[in-house]
Amino acid sequence: MTDVLTQPRPIRLKGRSFLALSLTPELPFEDWLARLDDLARRSAGFFLRRPVILDVEGLDIDRQQLRDLVSELSARNVRVMGLEGARSALLGADLPPAMTDGRPAADIEAPVSEQADAGRNLHVEAAAPASPQPTQTQAPAPQASPMPSMVVNRPVRSGQSIIFPEGDVTIVGSVASGAEIVAGGSIHVYGPLRGRAMAGTTGNASARIFCRKLEAELIAIDGFYKTADDLEPDLRGKPVQIWLDGETIKAATLG
Amino acid sequence: MGKVIVVTSGKGGVGKTTSSAALGAALAQNGERVVVVDFDVGLRNLDLVMGAERRVVYDLVNVIQGEAKLTQALIRDKRVETLYLLPASQTRDKDNLTPEGVEQVITALKNAFDWVICDSPAGIERGATLAMRHADVAIVVTNPEVSSVRDSDRIIGLLDSKTLKAENGERVEKHLLLTRYDAARAERGDMLKVDDVLEILSIPLLGIIPESMDVLRASNVGAPVTLADGRCAPSLAYFEATRRLKGETLPVTIPGDKRSFLGKIFGRKAA
Repeated sequence: MTDVLTQPRPIRLKGRSFLALSLTPELPFEDWLARLDDLARRSAGFFLRRPVILDVEGLDIDRQQLRDLVSELSARNVRVMGLEGARSALLGADLPPAMTDGRPAADIEAPVSEQADAGRNLHVEAAAPASPQPTQTQAPAPQASPMPSMVVNRPVRSGQSIIFPEGDVTIVGSVASGAEIVAGGSIHVYGPLRGRAMAGTTGNASARIFCRKLEAELIAIDGFYKTADDLEPDLRGKPVQIWLDGETIKAATLG
Repeated sequence: MGKVIVVTSGKGGVGKTTSSAALGAALAQNGERVVVVDFDVGLRNLDLVMGAERRVVYDLVNVIQGEAKLTQALIRDKRVETLYLLPASQTRDKDNLTPEGVEQVITALKNAFDWVICDSPAGIERGATLAMRHADVAIVVTNPEVSSVRDSDRIIGLLDSKTLKAENGERVEKHLLLTRYDAARAERGDMLKVDDVLEILSIPLLGIIPESMDVLRASNVGAPVTLADGRCAPSLAYFEATRRLKGETLPVTIPGDKRSFLGKIFGRKAA
């Protein structure tokens, strides 16, 4: 908290999702790499500058084998930026980080080839969002499913974090000083808001924060924030809604 | 099967040890078998407050590491014969507490005593989390000031997530013990009011212990305040708290509410 206050220029932290290629290697790796080489030969530079996720789910390999595979791939200019479905025993500081919560997206077209089956065997499919906090705004094909929401039926205590990048968070109770709520959508607090509330963290500028009693330490929408000191003093202790107008945080009492 | 109580707070110096000793002694005076366990390994104080510092041979760490039997480490109080102390080690640190060892000791104590009172160290690390691990009931000791209240709130969050009961989907019964309460300062706005603390923490109030020289005096002679002077204001408040702990419903009196006419006049003048 003090760190934030003493920083003259705020650092904006936002979740963002990107499309990556997801490669599903198969055992034995020699054969699979041979097929990959075949594909690369037919369309030079296909993997160049493309972020690639390696899906190793269900593969019975050890860390050394994985390390070898990653270096074989990087020798072919395939840069692996993350691992999906890896057991924790497979992960290490010298290997790409683990990715979770990947969502399927539209297929990426494999390079045109005369031998179509070689390409198909390779499993070039569209892939996981590159960020741990995925957002739907960047996805090429927006999902039709309704915005999910989360309801918390107890007070959020100091030191606890409620993180829900997928949508709205509703707290039926108080949010204590030192607690934080991070939501991809709006935040609703039916009680005093004394901690931090960060709404629209995945790039949703239309997200809002609502509370019964505003005593927040920090509020943020889409990366723009205000600390308690910057909030209008006459809003303190009142039922308030907070929204983003361009790049300005606005707040007003609720009727 | 006895009940396990953890006396905890997050913040240091709010009165956990004093309250553990006072509540332990108050419960034992009714003939119930009580053991007070010092979990503050490395910074033990409970033996001093209970006046047993010269009788410590073995301690909690010795028992956990199999160097002594539980019965060898337990110290019986000289004034109340159903009151026992299990001291902490002063020379070791909290890394010597193992989850398995603590579980064994607590299970053995539960079988032998009606009440097992675990005096938690300050902080939220290993010592504190192990002290609360097996608790049925938690007493959250809080001073009426903002930092203590926020730390207590943090501890309540841990009680709801890190205890065995929480992991089994049950709830640890939580009570607030407001200590070092000074009515005059609360009135002037130097301290949080009782209602403010209750509103923030939203757990039931076990009692309000007034700030008093009697508590300090008792600690210095090595006696729990409820044994040193059973008639002073803090002792009466601790006795009432024990009755509530056993399930009685009593109205909580806020100390200083019924000051005498003269006291009011002179109190105002002095302030």
